Amino acid sequence: MQPFRFDLCELPGETEGLRQEIRAFLAEELKQIPKVTRAQTWSGSDPEFSRKMGAKGWIGMTWPKQYGGHERSFFERYVMLEEMLAAGAPVGAHWIGDRQSGPLLLRFGTEEQRQKILPRVAKGECYFCIGMSEPDSGSDLAATRTRADKVDGGYRVNGTKLWTSGAHTAHYMIALFRTDFAAEAKHSGLTQFLVDLKNTDGITIRPIKDLAGNAHFNEVVFEDAFVPDNMLVGTEGGGWGQVTAELAFERSGPERYLSSFLLMVEMIRELEKRGGEEGAREIGRLVAHLVTLRQMSLSVAGMLEKGENPALEASVVKDLGAIFEQDMPVRAHELLGIAPGIGTGNDYEDVLGYLTQTVPSFSLRGGTREILRGIIARGLGLR
Amino acid sequence: MNELQTILSDSVNGLLAERVTKALVQKAEEGDFPTALWNEVEANGLTRVLVPESQGGAGGTWADAAIVLKAAGEHVAPLPLADALLANWFLVQAGIEVPDGVTTLLDGAFTLEGGKLSGEAPGVPYGRNAAHGVAIVKGEVVLVPLDGAAIEPGLNVAREPRDRVVLKGAEATAKKTALPGNAMKLYGALIRACQMAGALGYLSSQSVAYANERTQFGKPIGKFQAIQQQLAVLSTQAAACGVVTDHACAQLDKRGAEAAFEIAVAKIRVDDASSIATSIAHQVHGAIGFTYEHGLHFATRRLWAWRAEFGAGSEWAAMLGRETVAAGADALWPHVTAR
Repeated sequence: MQPFRFDLCELPGETEGLRQEIRAFLAEELKQIPKVTRAQTWSGSDPEFSRKMGAKGWIGMTWPKQYGGHERSFFERYVMLEEMLAAGAPVGAHWIGDRQSGPLLLRFGTEEQRQKILPRVAKGECYFCIGMSEPDSGSDLAATRTRADKVDGGYRVNGTKLWTSGAHTAHYMIALFRTDFAAEAKHSGLTQFLVDLKNTDGITIRPIKDLAGNAHFNEVVFEDAFVPDNMLVGTEGGGWGQVTAELAFERSGPERYLSSFLLMVEMIRELEKRGGEEGAREIGRLVAHLVTLRQMSLSVAGMLEKGENPALEASVVKDLGAIFEQDMPVRAHELLGIAPGIGTGNDYEDVLGYLTQTVPSFSLRGGTREILRGIIARGLGLR
Repeated sequence: MNELQTILSDSVNGLLAERVTKALVQKAEEGDFPTALWNEVEANGLTRVLVPESQGGAGGTWADAAIVLKAAGEHVAPLPLADALLANWFLVQAGIEVPDGVTTLLDGAFTLEGGKLSGEAPGVPYGRNAAHGVAIVKGEVVLVPLDGAAIEPGLNVAREPRDRVVLKGAEATAKKTALPGNAMKLYGALIRACQMAGALGYLSSQSVAYANERTQFGKPIGKFQAIQQQLAVLSTQAAACGVVTDHACAQLDKRGAEAAFEIAVAKIRVDDASSIATSIAHQVHGAIGFTYEHGLHFATRRLWAWRAEFGAGSEWAAMLGRETVAAGADALWPHVTAR
């Protein structure tokens, strides 16, 4: 028997009004934004756009009202997410706070942390990054070495976080630090902290240029940075369990299969001009995979709505979704044979140019393909 | 699962798990039709899932039928169970009484004149074993006894009978329906896709079980990452097919012939998965899986045969792609999210 379950999940009819409202909003807001910028979707940061979304009530949609949320359903949030992604809205600034740091604080944060931070996140004014990876700790997250030593009133932090997306624009980092250095405390010696990136001495953030020349992720160096006691999240030594719960949120959304959707749309636009049986066949295949992934993704959303833990199912969707996203520039190349471009002004060429260079990251970020398949293999009873 | 679905699932999986032995499938491949099993399948109402209760059926939906169709594939039942289930549904659409015995699908070129059916169909599932055939001629569902038919035996690569059936003025019962013009191919694609999803689920669980059993280098081969990663891929492909076929059946229940979109999607996706999954399953099983003795091939050969029946994935993809391009790039997302 398969260890995972994908029950069909149909979005309730009342989400349709919200969908239309979002489409109308996006038609207006995205008019002036070039397709190549839109292709960045949840990697593209635009604080002004985030504030507009906050004003619309589209950040923290499922959170309690007392923390600035809107107490809407996971399904309504799902509709918002997939509409933003499919249109290529620049949702990157608030994305991580909305997706995982907010929910993390709701679950494990102190009342003070929630009161102080969540309403600002929901307004689209306060952004998060995730400090997990380090120079010697990538997939092997428990190898985290950045140390938080107990001192009077807080912790003194030393070490380096790496590949931290958005650290250069974020207000806070949810960081995983080592608080117990005993060899046998590999997992139990980890603790999560809220780090105020804008008001803490001893933190140096250096953007790392990616292969396409974009500054998206960073190296964050801590040198005797002081983090007060009231910024500890959850329990000391409970970091591993909390991070695992957080990753279920990180891996479960429609951004795990829609990152190349804009290229698919532009491929169809090219084929409208050219026609041809081969092109039709390829598009038909892509549509079949798109529809399948959406149903799987919706099924995961249904589990979230029911309060179930879809960690395993989310890994399945992310693995299949990454193949779909990564394959898109290859399919485009084989089908149309047009060179990817930079700054040509041609939508198809520029979107292809951006995605061709970006897709290698899709099976690295949020857990590598091999890690995900390891999780799935564990679910199958193989490890 | 609702109550009917639980009953159906227990009934079909219980029966087929017990009765479809390697020996039975092997004998079927040698030409020995498992009549006793067929009679039990009928007695359990499994061919009449979509027939109203008033006509002796279960009065089920396509979501219910999917359970039976997947089980037929999962257990590699050497019977035209899926075909009969669909044939009976066609008869119900036309208001023609559903006969007992083996009823199969006649997917071919026929003409109907004065209540007499003439023409031929290639590759008729279990044509030699069927008492009746169901054809669709210009929107009319036609039920015809096959006792007078000329039958030229043939096989697909799973050694399932796929016979040429020739009829010359055979006495038939015909009634008009609102079924779409391509109903035979469309719904045929759906039943095969569901069977394939079942067979893919079997490949996944069987391959995991084998990897946990087979020891090399002092440990079960499933402990090696190279094997684990492959089995993870196989399981995700099987999972995708389970979802996409459930989706197609649910949409057919909801919107009738407009579910042609989801049926095409399902056949395309399952076809793609079959190529990946059969390859991994055989690789994990090694040489033993390549023997006739081991039963793995009963499922893999079915997948290789079924993926081309009632339109290969590529054919459905070309159709779906033409429609998508014709509707225009910006129509895709609204269409996908409206379902």
